[in-house]
Amino acid sequence: MRHLLSTRDLDRDAAIGILDVAEDMADVATREVKKLPTLRGKTVVNLFFEDSTRTRISFEAAAKRLSADVITFSAKGSSVSKGESLKDTAQTLAAMGADAVVIRHSASGAPHTLASSGWIDAGILNAGDGTHEHPTQALLDAFTMRKRLHGTASRGKDLDGLRVTIVGDILHSRVARSNVWLLDTLGAEVTLVAPPTLLPVDTNQWPAGIGYDLDTAIADDPDVIMMLRIQAERMNAAFFPNAREYSRTWGLDAERLVRLRPDTMVMHPGPMIRGLEISAAAADSPRSLVRDQVASGVSVRMAALYLLLSGDREVN
Amino acid sequence: MTARTVLQQADIARALTRIAHEILESNRGSDDLVILGIPTRGVTLARRLGATIARIEDGEAPPVGALDVTMYRDDLAKHPTRTPSPTSVPVSIDGATVVLVDDVLFSGRTIRAALDALSDLGRPKAVRLAVLVDRGHREFPIRADFVGKNLPSSARERINVRLAEVDGDDAVTIDGGEPEHGERDEHEGEKH
Amino acid sequence: MSRERFFIEGATLVDGSSADILISDGTLTVGADAKTGSQDATSIDASGLIALPGLVDLHTHLREPGYEQSETVLSGTRAAAAGGYTTVFAMANTSPVADTAGVVEQELSLGLAAGYATVQPIGAVTMGLAGERLAELGAMAASRARVRVFSDDGMCVFDPLLMRRALEYVKAFDGVIAQHAQEPRLTAGAQMNEGALSGTLGLAGWPAVAEESIIARDVLLAEHVGSRLHVCHVSTAGSVDIIRWAKARGIDVTAEVTPHHLLLTEELVAGYDARFKVNPPLRREEDVQALRSALADGTIDIVATDHAPHPIEAKDCEWDAAANGMVGLESALSVVHKAVVETGLLGWSDVARVMAQAPARIGRVERGRPVASGFRADVVLYDPNKTDVFDVDRLAGKGVNSPYLGRELPGRVLWTFHGGTATVRDGNPIAKDEAASLAKESEQHG
Repeated sequence: MRHLLSTRDLDRDAAIGILDVAEDMADVATREVKKLPTLRGKTVVNLFFEDSTRTRISFEAAAKRLSADVITFSAKGSSVSKGESLKDTAQTLAAMGADAVVIRHSASGAPHTLASSGWIDAGILNAGDGTHEHPTQALLDAFTMRKRLHGTASRGKDLDGLRVTIVGDILHSRVARSNVWLLDTLGAEVTLVAPPTLLPVDTNQWPAGIGYDLDTAIADDPDVIMMLRIQAERMNAAFFPNAREYSRTWGLDAERLVRLRPDTMVMHPGPMIRGLEISAAAADSPRSLVRDQVASGVSVRMAALYLLLSGDREVN
Repeated sequence: MTARTVLQQADIARALTRIAHEILESNRGSDDLVILGIPTRGVTLARRLGATIARIEDGEAPPVGALDVTMYRDDLAKHPTRTPSPTSVPVSIDGATVVLVDDVLFSGRTIRAALDALSDLGRPKAVRLAVLVDRGHREFPIRADFVGKNLPSSARERINVRLAEVDGDDAVTIDGGEPEHGERDEHEGEKH
Repeated sequence: MSRERFFIEGATLVDGSSADILISDGTLTVGADAKTGSQDATSIDASGLIALPGLVDLHTHLREPGYEQSETVLSGTRAAAAGGYTTVFAMANTSPVADTAGVVEQELSLGLAAGYATVQPIGAVTMGLAGERLAELGAMAASRARVRVFSDDGMCVFDPLLMRRALEYVKAFDGVIAQHAQEPRLTAGAQMNEGALSGTLGLAGWPAVAEESIIARDVLLAEHVGSRLHVCHVSTAGSVDIIRWAKARGIDVTAEVTPHHLLLTEELVAGYDARFKVNPPLRREEDVQALRSALADGTIDIVATDHAPHPIEAKDCEWDAAANGMVGLESALSVVHKAVVETGLLGWSDVARVMAQAPARIGRVERGRPVASGFRADVVLYDPNKTDVFDVDRLAGKGVNSPYLGRELPGRVLWTFHGGTATVRDGNPIAKDEAASLAKESEQHG
């Protein structure tokens, strides 16, 4: 795997391949010695143009468990102008001999630009770009679902027929996009539920059903319900009237929680705003896989880094 | 190009039975014995050895597991990406006598990686090595304790181990010396 | 020293006939009489070449004054000549903005000095393009630059009252308001055409309705006050419908389309290559087809380049941070050839109309006249027969932000004559010193 930019580029075999390697990585996490020597001597740069402590430490843990050297570069707030900094930074990292760059950027497509620019030869791993994609998040979500379904017999399996409902700000969510493509590739059926203002204007080509009503979606008895974070600034831009109305209409509250099957998986990519899109009761219920998602994150990112940095490197 | 068969099903069975006896003899029984195969065919051989030991001892089979060494290799970038296999070690190896099992012993790099992998799992009392075929050409100071058959071979030749559980039948064959075949094989990446 | 004269032998005129052309003292002689005066003239074998009127671009960004790192009047008019243009209308979004007589006269002088093409300045509609107060429209109209086209291009004249007043005010001197139709609130932060692809790529959408709603409003305003309106860079099928409706109603509206909106579609954005970032954005295939038909049936009057040079660093970055715009002067004729001539929608006489005659008429300049005896010698000789990969050597301005690099395009401009001066010879623009001295000379000759 030369780069990991998007789940749209992954076919079924490649996706299952990553998840299977992640299973092995998850096994390592249960040992007393949690470190592998695999990437000894490799340099992984965490290039974060946008704050995200959770994602950054997850990648950091992943790289360190594989014995890579990790350099964290937080470009946010640096005085360099936006456009220049990506190119200049990339060339700096190339000169330092980075083998892989994990990039988080507020501009959709920035990892793509980095991978195709010729500025740097390293493997590029998209850790979230604008409102485009967040492939490792979708992979860890799929990993978590598969683990819950198949346990230790997960290897080689897909998510055939699993019914997943994703609720919230689809329009601005890179997590939703990556999940839609990946879940479809793995055979799951995806339904998106959101206020019409928070759905892209044309989702005809998306392999997902669309709904506006959360109660209908819950009555349809999904296997997984994934709540997305709702950002406060969306309210000011008039995507919906106010937090109370959003929460009442599209929030997973205690009352809606009890209408779910006991084994329905409740997921959230974090960070959660309890009381807005998800109630504390839902977040902490036995149905909730939120903590499993975090644990899966490290395994999946280890797998991605391993696959990115091993094998014959194609020469551009 | 034709492959020459050097071990047939009966030869393999006899070799494993002998190795099982040798293991029991050197360990003075099956106590504290853990048998770990190196994927893929090493695991199959380990299972057969476990079963054979149980038959000889007329009792429980010793714990048998799999030890994947992919993540411990030192040649990541020199081969196409390898997909790791699961490691499963059913019991603690602390204080145990671990017998590593592989199909072919060649450069020794796989075993070097296996020793590293093992040390991350615990601290065995002793580690032994059993292989079905030793073909020479060692690059590390490693030798096998139990060998099914010594097969001195040219580095260009390719040794194929076929086992019924994986390949449909039991046989060890040698393909002759064409360089494009000698460099790499479909096994776990080590030159066999 | 007398000026170089040219005898062009056997050129194909836009009506398909073949004729000899003599260029002498800045004037054309076409037909049998051409041969008579051809002694001592530089002879050009034009068999297989099409003689078009020198092209007129109603929408060029020359960037000077203020953004000379992107383009200068000199480099921009050299690019124009390379593309077969002899007249360019220079947009007002310079720094300082062309909102006073002083700036437009400076622009005019720079063009005269450079000598590659006539520069006709466009005046800003509002002071500083801020959309708040009218610029000195009358003073610019009365200046040496004789400004007749006013535009805030880059910005929409959004305030409906201000737009109404501007439309009314320029009636006094037969001016026209060239509107950049973009509803600003609907396009805040917009990065590409809004549709299925923008949703997938996670880029903020620029909806067609943001263009169409402004055009609808403006044609109704133009009708109400009886003024002349020109719509810049029409990019959607819906806009075409509105303009068609307005023309049928007798509203005095004209419209332009850019070469890139006639050829390229939004799918090119998928690789996040900022060369394809432009405003208005590349649209869907349906839009491209509608724009081509509209150009063929006269709903859209002209092709204008919206030539928008940028320095390399403005494009060599992530999509969001990249500047909007493409260079277009050098490639326009080839792109029009590919998009609407090769597809059978337009003949060469139509090309002459939409790229020379009509833009001159809208801009009220005495240019874009036919290749016929007695007219000013603004002529381009175009070889339609060869198809090449368009490469950076074809670019003659400062900007290299062409979306066509690496693409096959038909045709090639071999000679451009600007008032009788060859600004492009055998496919290459003349040196800048030569252009300047020839310009001075032709001025002295009157």
